[in-house]
Amino acid sequence: MTNAKGRFGIHGGQYIPETLMNAVIQLEEAYNHYKDDPEFNRELTNLLNEYAGRPSRLYYAEKMTKDLGGAKIYLKREDLNHTGSHKINNVLGQALLAKKMGKTRLIAETGAGQHGVATATAAALMGMECVVYMGEEDTKRQALNVYKMKLLGATVIPVTTGTATLKDAVSEAMREWTSRIDDTHYCLGSVMGPHPFPTIVRDFQSVISKEIKEQLMEKEGRLPDAVIACVGGGSNAMGSFYNFIEDKSVKLIGCEAAGRGIDTFETAATINTGRLGIFHGMKSYFCQDKYGQIAPVYSISAGLDYPGIGPEHAYLHDSGRAEYVAITDEEAVNAFEYLSRIEGIIPAIESSHAVAYAMKLAPTLDKDKIIVITISGRGDKDCAAIARYRGDKTISDDE
Amino acid sequence: MSNIKKAFENGKAFIAFITCGDPDLETTKEAVIAAVNGGADLIELGIPFSDPTAEGPVIQGANLRALKGGVTTDKIFDFVVDLRKEVTVPMVFMTYANVIYSYGAEAFIGKCREIGIDGLILPDLPFEEKDEFNDICVKNNLDLVSLIAPTSENRISMIAKEAKGFIYVVSSLGVTGTRSNITTDLDSIVKVIRENTNVPCAIGFGISTPEQATKFSSKADGVIVGSAIIKLLEKYGKEAPKYIEEYVHGMKAAI
Repeated sequence: MTNAKGRFGIHGGQYIPETLMNAVIQLEEAYNHYKDDPEFNRELTNLLNEYAGRPSRLYYAEKMTKDLGGAKIYLKREDLNHTGSHKINNVLGQALLAKKMGKTRLIAETGAGQHGVATATAAALMGMECVVYMGEEDTKRQALNVYKMKLLGATVIPVTTGTATLKDAVSEAMREWTSRIDDTHYCLGSVMGPHPFPTIVRDFQSVISKEIKEQLMEKEGRLPDAVIACVGGGSNAMGSFYNFIEDKSVKLIGCEAAGRGIDTFETAATINTGRLGIFHGMKSYFCQDKYGQIAPVYSISAGLDYPGIGPEHAYLHDSGRAEYVAITDEEAVNAFEYLSRIEGIIPAIESSHAVAYAMKLAPTLDKDKIIVITISGRGDKDCAAIARYRGDKTISDDE
Repeated sequence: MSNIKKAFENGKAFIAFITCGDPDLETTKEAVIAAVNGGADLIELGIPFSDPTAEGPVIQGANLRALKGGVTTDKIFDFVVDLRKEVTVPMVFMTYANVIYSYGAEAFIGKCREIGIDGLILPDLPFEEKDEFNDICVKNNLDLVSLIAPTSENRISMIAKEAKGFIYVVSSLGVTGTRSNITTDLDSIVKVIRENTNVPCAIGFGISTPEQATKFSSKADGVIVGSAIIKLLEKYGKEAPKYIEEYVHGMKAAI
């Protein structure tokens, strides 16, 4: 390759229509200008602290630790952020950047609705117009978040093409961006898409690992032995891993959604079942058929229900720096229930994939080991779907 | 240099886009022959992709119908071998980068040369990423067609200087699909292109009527029509070819 822009190893790049090229170039220039601008960083830090409630807590899950009988478990509580997930970290950064660029309108894709709600929130706060694209299937699975977005003043557009889930919402948001660039910033929600998005989103999410490092140093005086996070596109995982990449003693573990199992077609485990491809602006791993047609992936979690993975994760996988494991629906639901009962913390079904792996890993480790699980979001939004999964009729008005 | 230049040797070129396998390959063959009989100078054959991010609803629909019908890249290669027995005008594939990357670029592009495909149009492969396939295309005498958009501005000369085959000038912002009104200053774009290359340029995206064909062909070396033809396939299915011939005839007469 003569052009190595935005590459993580062989992954990444800018595989997008010519119509969008100047938009991503301008975004990169603006980002490079503002990321080191003291005034921009002061404003962003102020928003993160005063509005979003950072730093988020690093909580020692004592009961869980004792119950599993192995490594000491800490939970990074991104679920306690304003809007209930890590998504707000990135959105506040991008919205502020968009505003500095003179944009007046934000568009976004959303899967579970967490990124959509965060974007609608930032738009309300900053007085910007907001349109969110959401797969029609997901608007049903996550009706509460649809209502929240509308309440916050955003327009939610159900996407009916393809599988009517996250990948289709991304495609539709990209299409919309090509038709309206001047006043519109595409506030991409994960460490994916064309350069510079994977870098921008990672940087804004890296506050997670920065805080984990500081907080654990304060509590334990050392680095963790493992950091575990769920991976769809991979933004909370990238944020959780980033400041530990150079600390080779820290195992980095991403938990993909296996859906009904990686040996079935109903899976979204990209690293475990996908292969190299080019889609949604990036070279990375994708679930696809023999001819490169993108696979209709499945997971109980609308937020992990994506056929690709961010390019930096693909690179961390290639280099062996991070490990990617697959967690089934059943394991994730068990973990959802387990954490609720044992610690009184209801995690998002996405984050439950990370909890599920920690439940397997912790008992195999000595008691002097420390693992950190990023609880990327809160589980309120998932209660109806999990109740349905379990055949519980308590939430009767839901289907 | 491929055969594409021949499409521009007899006045303004009319370029027809047809998705392979919509609704089936037999109909696609008849549709291509009908377009050529109607006066098309170059045929853009779409290889369907599951998630065509540069397409509007009409061509998305064609992609979906074709894939549902079971068409694959290999079936399309066989189909082109058969089609080439009857069609001599230049033909290019229009598809997405992953279709080629997944097949293996060497294998895919080598096969294109073997079966008589003259070029590739890849809407998700901008100038910065063309090295992905460019060397293999050059080696196989295939033109990797460059696209220039209303937002290209300072990029036009850079793209034009390295363009091959023809330049696909995107008439307006957004995705493919018919439009009643196109407001882009195409004259300025074409002027910069002309200053930088002798490669012909054709305007596409949103052109459907003979009036538009007249207007836009006067600004460039040809026009590209996709959605309007796909609409005929959507409406008439297997009966579409005769309507396509009539339609293309009217459009070619207007340019």
